[in-house]
Amino acid sequence: MKVLVAMSGGVDSSVAAALCLEAGHEVVGATMKLWGGVSDSGCCSVADVEDARRVADKLGIPHYVFNFTSEFNEWVVDPYVAEHGRGRTPNPCVECNRRIKFDRFLDRAIKLGFDAVATGHHARVVRDESDPGGGRHLLMRGRDPLKDQSYVLAVLSQYQLRRCLLPVGEMTKGEVRDYAGNIGLGTALKPDSLDLCFISSTVGRDGFLAERMRLHPADLVDVRTRDVIGRVPAAEMVTVGQRRGLGRGLGPGREGERRYALKVDIASRQVLVGSSEDLLADFQPLERLSWTSHPLASGSAVLAQTSAHGPALQCVVEAGGVRFVKPERRAAPGQTVALYDRDVVLGSGIASS
Amino acid sequence: MDNAATTPLRPEALSAMLPAFSDRFGNPSGVHSVSRDARRALEDSRETVANLLGAAPSEVVFTSGGTESDNMAILGVGGRRGKVVTTAVEHAAVRESCNSLGAVVVPVSSDGVVNLDALASELSSDVSLVSVMLVNNEVGVVQPLAEVAALVREKAPGALLHTDAVQAFAWLDVADLVRVADLVSVSAHKFGGPKGTGALVVRDGASIRPVMFGGGHERGRRPGTQNVAGALGMAAAMAATVATRDETLKRVSALRDRLADGILSSMDGVVETGARDLKVAGNCHLRFDGVEGEALLVLLDEMGVSASAGSACSSGATEASHVLLAMGLTREEASSSVRLSLGYATSRDEVDLSLEVIPKAVSQLRRSPG
Repeated sequence: MKVLVAMSGGVDSSVAAALCLEAGHEVVGATMKLWGGVSDSGCCSVADVEDARRVADKLGIPHYVFNFTSEFNEWVVDPYVAEHGRGRTPNPCVECNRRIKFDRFLDRAIKLGFDAVATGHHARVVRDESDPGGGRHLLMRGRDPLKDQSYVLAVLSQYQLRRCLLPVGEMTKGEVRDYAGNIGLGTALKPDSLDLCFISSTVGRDGFLAERMRLHPADLVDVRTRDVIGRVPAAEMVTVGQRRGLGRGLGPGREGERRYALKVDIASRQVLVGSSEDLLADFQPLERLSWTSHPLASGSAVLAQTSAHGPALQCVVEAGGVRFVKPERRAAPGQTVALYDRDVVLGSGIASS
Repeated sequence: MDNAATTPLRPEALSAMLPAFSDRFGNPSGVHSVSRDARRALEDSRETVANLLGAAPSEVVFTSGGTESDNMAILGVGGRRGKVVTTAVEHAAVRESCNSLGAVVVPVSSDGVVNLDALASELSSDVSLVSVMLVNNEVGVVQPLAEVAALVREKAPGALLHTDAVQAFAWLDVADLVRVADLVSVSAHKFGGPKGTGALVVRDGASIRPVMFGGGHERGRRPGTQNVAGALGMAAAMAATVATRDETLKRVSALRDRLADGILSSMDGVVETGARDLKVAGNCHLRFDGVEGEALLVLLDEMGVSASAGSACSSGATEASHVLLAMGLTREEASSSVRLSLGYATSRDEVDLSLEVIPKAVSQLRRSPG
């Protein structure tokens, strides 16, 4: 196959490229320039492009840089800011996979005559043995439970899964680093990127948002007494479920319990707060549902994961969301909720309120 | 097909340089015979370069290339008080240097030619520097330097005129055209010389402050042990360029016309950027409707044709060209553009290969995926 590898300059995608070569594919590397603004090393700075290019040189494959900064702004950064403006907590990495890596990038690869794209994500794409036609592909958790990235890929469809390779998903992170070291790749010891690639540590999330939107101070309102018990400088920065940073002087509740943000209402400039029990819900409403294979029927028993490395919660699919088997802490509106059958990703939705 | 990016080394330049990598290895600043020998090589090269640029040897400063020459000229003058004026289509070396001094940017016409009325309105006695390129690196348009100079002398008599002639030397009688300029940048590798070597002409009487400090090399204008090999290579490449320029011009402009006309007639939705009679012979700049230039370059590379789009930034990503935007193209039009640049070494076979593969690649990209 002709494979275009998305090379970020990190160790995972470096090894992905090497593994594609080892598997006998015709391999070309490409680095997406996504963010034109200030960043730390991030995933798209000049230094990372140089790292990716150097790896491609060592592997003896051609390497190109694709400038997707305007698409990244339009589909990832602007919606990220807009979602915060609505008091929600978006997951831009998921949107980047949905709109950029497995749409814009994949589309360009197909136009250029490639059969598939590969990335360095820790997840697996395998042929579904139970499918009689044999054409269906399953998206599964990566072998390394600590590095599993299937959550951020839960928006992929069959069209995309049939055209993507995730070779490092079969390895643990340690194995990836060892492999890179053994074949002499300079990226073997490069630290993992953890934060959003478009937000630098010097500016931070709050500074980033403050430069791009009007922030509104809000009252912290006790959910039971309706008393105003504190104030936050910006409602847009509050995430449902958040405990820390809810303003100074906000002591424990009446029974000494900890207090959590329950609801963010930008229009009325209020953040409702309450106990951790107040966060529990029977039903998790979801919007923008997406399925890796086919829509699940109501009544299907699945596992729901409401954050990148959170627990998998037992639930049942219903119209408009999932019903938890026992009350669970609900996801912050805007967060991705990935649905699983054991290690197989079935689909995902965005938590609504 | 990327000769505006760089050109192959001329054999004359290679043979001129080789002795500097063996016997003539001296530091031209020393007092002994080994140094003297290197200094003679350096100064002979300076005489040749000066002669071919229409300057006196004392006016030629060897540099590390076009970018350094531009920076030295602009920062060296602009460090003084006074307004700096430039155009919207300059190379990044000029643009960023001027930006750092808060320069006024004059627009260009849809053909890429500097708007002389707009320039005139920015000129006054408080202007210290005007920087206008001789030939644009992307679309190959030649700027009316004589008219620019006349305006500067009339309206801003205290100002110095700098011209970035990096893209010009291969095609134009630069020595004649830059007589009107006080500061002139050239770069050797654009005309068959080695990379890492260039020159800045600083007319006697046009004083600039050094931007680097060190020993008193190059008459105090550019410290650092000189690149003797580079100077020898540049001088030889210049001499070879001038000796063959008429013949090269005739041959390359015929090849360029064959290329441009061939592509324009082979498919729909292709537009040539910039009027051909305003351009240098080696430039062919085309826009393909519905095609991303960045993707086209990848396919062409695979098919054996090296082209370029916009201006590559340091990360290697293609930016929407500020030159094309300044000429009034939309962002989408700018990003569907490709530059094919021919040079002294371009063969008819290369042109014919381009004629064969470009329509193929364009039609592949125009088909919808899946």
